[in-house]
Amino acid sequence: MTTPYQPPSAPVPPHTPPHTPPVPHGAPQAPQQQMPPQPGHPYPQMAAPAAPQQQPVPQQMPQPTPPPAGANPSQPYAAVGGYTSPIPVRGTHLGHALASEWTKIKSVRSTIWTLSVMVALVVGIGLLVSAGTSDDEYTNAPPTLPGFFGTLLGQLCLVTLGVLVVSSEYGTGMIRTTVTACPQRGRVLAAKAMVFFTLSFITTTAALALVAFAGSGMHSGPGVMEPTGDQMVGATIGAGLYMSLLGLLSMAVGSMLRHSAGAITAMLGVVLLPAILPAFLMMSESLQDLGETMQKYSSPNALASLFQLSDELGSGWSQLGVLAGVTGAALIGAYVLLEKRDV
Amino acid sequence: MIEIEGLTKAYGDTLAVDGLSFTVRPGVVTGFLGPNGAGKSTTMRMVLGLDHPTSGRVRIGGQPYERLTDPLRHVGALLDAKAVHGGRSAFHHLLCLAQSNGVADSRVHEVLDLVGLGSVARKRSKGFSLGMSQRLGIAAAMLGDPSILMFDEPVNGLDPEGIHWIRNLMRDLAGQGRTVFVSSHLMSEMALTADHLVVIGQGRLLADTSMPDFITEHSRSYVRLRSPEQQRLRDVLAAGGFTAVPGSDGSVEVDGGDPVRLGQLMADHRLVLHELSRQQASLEEAFMRLTAGSVEYHAHPAGADEPAPAAVWGADWRSGKES
Repeated sequence: MTTPYQPPSAPVPPHTPPHTPPVPHGAPQAPQQQMPPQPGHPYPQMAAPAAPQQQPVPQQMPQPTPPPAGANPSQPYAAVGGYTSPIPVRGTHLGHALASEWTKIKSVRSTIWTLSVMVALVVGIGLLVSAGTSDDEYTNAPPTLPGFFGTLLGQLCLVTLGVLVVSSEYGTGMIRTTVTACPQRGRVLAAKAMVFFTLSFITTTAALALVAFAGSGMHSGPGVMEPTGDQMVGATIGAGLYMSLLGLLSMAVGSMLRHSAGAITAMLGVVLLPAILPAFLMMSESLQDLGETMQKYSSPNALASLFQLSDELGSGWSQLGVLAGVTGAALIGAYVLLEKRDV
Repeated sequence: MIEIEGLTKAYGDTLAVDGLSFTVRPGVVTGFLGPNGAGKSTTMRMVLGLDHPTSGRVRIGGQPYERLTDPLRHVGALLDAKAVHGGRSAFHHLLCLAQSNGVADSRVHEVLDLVGLGSVARKRSKGFSLGMSQRLGIAAAMLGDPSILMFDEPVNGLDPEGIHWIRNLMRDLAGQGRTVFVSSHLMSEMALTADHLVVIGQGRLLADTSMPDFITEHSRSYVRLRSPEQQRLRDVLAAGGFTAVPGSDGSVEVDGGDPVRLGQLMADHRLVLHELSRQQASLEEAFMRLTAGSVEYHAHPAGADEPAPAAVWGADWRSGKES
């Protein structure tokens, strides 16, 4: 019925001690006993069932847990010893999840590609606009302005990446492996959010800072508006925060919808509809207020405010606050659904 | 040790798992057997905390899975070999799992060598064959050197060499005192690996027994008789007090018959026999006998000359019984 496991025959050691008589090939037990245990092998039990296509591993490793495989199939409960791993067991915390998520996000090409495209768009468009404009155009607007044009497209890259960070795990089935490795699902979501947000915030802010300083450097002639500290912060950290928060919102939406295409479409709606709909809403008298509010908090308008495109727009931090609130709520929703649903 | 108590999972009105209770003990390979759709995978997912049970509970060494802070150190599982991000290399896939459980990075190379994937560690798993994916899944399961291992249909899609390797690996792991819980829908596969059997059908427990007990309890022994004088053969058997069942190929089967007595009976009546043989039903047959009432997707043999696909086990046997 059962086929007892036959371990691959151990090789005769090449250096048999001289005082030992030569061992016939038929008795592989004798040389086994003379071989020293492999020093420092952390998983002695594990080395034994090594893959068959590898060199046969000598079978003399200490086996504290007794019965040889298939020793007596008719007494299946002869070995109720249990197995204790030689590796010490330590608890895990958020730090472990963060390290894991960092490895995950940097080891797939989509991350590198989308972030590269985002940086290329922000820096490329920003520098092109800076180079293509003259000092005269910065009498009323700060020379940090060119960064704005790149963010309009660059934010879409972060939307895509944010969605993919979670939904690709659902698409591939990786999420089951992830949750098996870390059953504290909230911790997985928190680690994903922190790693993604930090990575995208640093990347966007660095790209925007490059554009802002390059713009100020290119246009510093007389009459050019000197960017205030506020404008500088808005054009770099402010816009960087806004784009990263939008990415984080996408991640939360991706986690709730669990479907890449669906979540990206939903997020395009979130980004584009408030910019398009007001044009129609404004036509109706009664909906004018709604249209104006929608326009104020639409993504292009919020970014324009952060870059202080014109004085009427305000500083943009109120829009940033609203986005942060919406993102927070979406993350809570994502957490609740993640805990509740089967993966 | 895995303890399952009254585990139930309902999807709407259908019960995928219905009040399952059993214990998977260390030191032996426990086979988890059932037809397709019996609820094996659902049960395994509930053990791992992936699916929430409708009622009942699972304990891993006395604790619910969700309570384990470094689960890979306790339980290694291969549920779905394709549950990896194809764009990530085998090395990084294992690395992110190791990091999440505080397992040393060096361990990643060890398990890659253990399963024989050392040479393709940096390749993206998208290009892996099913056999390689299975090996990667086993590497992930072994990562934390756990005392409990669960494999869901591990030999599916493997070549004979791979099947042989997995079989030996499971027996070795159990031999080291680990708990090995492996599901399959192939009785023949389990017969070669498992020491203990848990059989379910339509989510309910059908048997929880040791392999030898299962065989003696469930396999049927009978005597097959074949004669050119079919009708007389049946009459003689009936007159002798035997219950004859028509076999699939014109023979006659007598359940639990004694070949000595049957031979004597035939000689007394001067009946020509072409065959008189003692038969033992295979394990596969025993398993199908047990689960016959609980197969969710019955096969209807298409044409008489076209054998049912092998995946639908026992279609030929069942149709033979029914005719």
